[in-house]
Amino acid sequence: MKTTLKYAGLLGYLVFLVFPLLWLLSTAFKTPREMATLHPRWIPHHPTLRNFSDAFAAQDLTGSALRSLIVAVSVAVLTVAIALPAAYALARRRSVLNRIAIGWVLVSQVFPVVLIIIPLFIILRRLDLVNTLPGLVLVHVTFVLPFALWMLQGYVRGVPRELEEAAAVDGAGRIRTLVNVVAPLLAPGVVAALLFSFISSWNEFFFALVILKDPDKATLPLTLVKFTGAEQAARLGPLAAASLLATVPSLVFFAIIQRRLRSGLTAGAVKG
Amino acid sequence: MSHVTAAPTAARPPRAGRPADPSPRPRARGDRGTLILLLPALVPVLLFSVGPLLYGIYLSFTDARGGRNAVISFVGLKNFGDVLADTDFWSSFKIGLIWAVSVTVLQFLAALGLALLLNQNLRLRTLARVLAMAPWAMPPIVIGLMWRLVYHPNAGVLNAVLQDVHLLDHNVDWLNDFGTALPAIIVVGVWTGMPQTTVVLLAGLQGVPKELHEAAAVDGASVWRRFWNVTLPQLRPVIVTITALDFVWNINQFAMVYALTQGGPGGRTRLPMLFAYEEAFRYGFFGYAAALGVAITIVVLVVLGFYLWRQMKESR
Repeated sequence: MKTTLKYAGLLGYLVFLVFPLLWLLSTAFKTPREMATLHPRWIPHHPTLRNFSDAFAAQDLTGSALRSLIVAVSVAVLTVAIALPAAYALARRRSVLNRIAIGWVLVSQVFPVVLIIIPLFIILRRLDLVNTLPGLVLVHVTFVLPFALWMLQGYVRGVPRELEEAAAVDGAGRIRTLVNVVAPLLAPGVVAALLFSFISSWNEFFFALVILKDPDKATLPLTLVKFTGAEQAARLGPLAAASLLATVPSLVFFAIIQRRLRSGLTAGAVKG
Repeated sequence: MSHVTAAPTAARPPRAGRPADPSPRPRARGDRGTLILLLPALVPVLLFSVGPLLYGIYLSFTDARGGRNAVISFVGLKNFGDVLADTDFWSSFKIGLIWAVSVTVLQFLAALGLALLLNQNLRLRTLARVLAMAPWAMPPIVIGLMWRLVYHPNAGVLNAVLQDVHLLDHNVDWLNDFGTALPAIIVVGVWTGMPQTTVVLLAGLQGVPKELHEAAAVDGASVWRRFWNVTLPQLRPVIVTITALDFVWNINQFAMVYALTQGGPGGRTRLPMLFAYEEAFRYGFFGYAAALGVAITIVVLVVLGFYLWRQMKESR
């Protein structure tokens, strides 16, 4: 009886979590005619791929996906390149700086982005970076950096200091130790940080909305919002199709790193 | 500010506060090396995050406008006076508080239930864990668009299902109806934030020593009593941290609601962030919007400070 109750509860959660996703999937394959019927149904009557081609025809999905890709890849590479040395330094020497860095990660959450975006916009305008992809990359890197740093720091801690000392005793130089001993052990952490930074940038909307005014520069989330314009039932198919496509990279990458992200996040939340 | 960092510190074992530098190497040289390694990360954060923040606070005391060549002059507390008198802002702020508190509380309760279930040996557990991750990975814009499909008056699944079970006899336009818009987006907020909260609570649950439960069971404590007297107190630091963070994240929500309602109908879902965004980038009142940002920060810090202070006092 009690077990039954538990399963009922779990099932309830599953339904709540899954039904919007299934509805998105279902809508993406429905014909416009079916969308206009009085009582919508779960399984499309005549499944169609037309919504996907319609979505590409209606908005510049290819171009904006490409721009999103350029931005997200740049953000990921830059963030990790900057964060890795810093993470190493922070993890190996527990100085005051360490506490300040962790403190900033938390404090930066409190300030509303509006307060930061206005001065940032003025600064970027002075640098002629408004309406450019490098401008957006710059902003994304700044905002992904703290969490990436936090993640990577955890991985550096996981590499036993004794290994480095042993390599030093064996006569390996500082650089050689880092390249041959530390780097391979950090590889999984670096991949996780890369993917996390990629997803954050790929999904990001607010900064893109403010910085990229020109429709020719729009990233994917900006283009997706344009599907909400005139919303007759017939237009919902392409909207669903485009949403589905935009989610695929995030979902795939997230599936790869979710275990690591989980341990990183919870280590932070539980131990501080 | 310090209240925020205080939360996780409270969860730390007391002696881990500030360990002595374990490295036997001379300090000065090491610190210079550390600084060189930190510099590439420090510079962008200082230039594009800390700097703008301070500049933003300065702007809140000026009449800065959106135009390229606008002259910025100091106006003292004028903006803050205007903020206090701006009834539109306060109604938006009230909506923001209702939203953030409801979403945070519901999110927490839902996540606690799910975490307790996932902590048991049930089938479907792995499936549930994987599925629970999806909202976390999705772009907020897509989450908004997806729920638009669910709530759509004619083609949405919600109306269809509710009519099938005879809870409804006509189509409701959930996101455009004055009464239902806010509750509708609160549900989406709970759906979106539940996974992350669940994961954190689950990790906390797994950190509760089994021996405590066993000892309580031997003493004849019921399941409910064990939950109330063993699990919850052990979980407290985690709960305080995650609910505080959730509250801050929720009150700063923008993208998802922008995709769902753009603040409509009639401002019923215009969260403070949407309001401030419009002031700044639709009407060009940079100084005023910065003052709104400062005002929001102050209220959030006060709410958070009060919450954390009470929690710390009670746990003593």
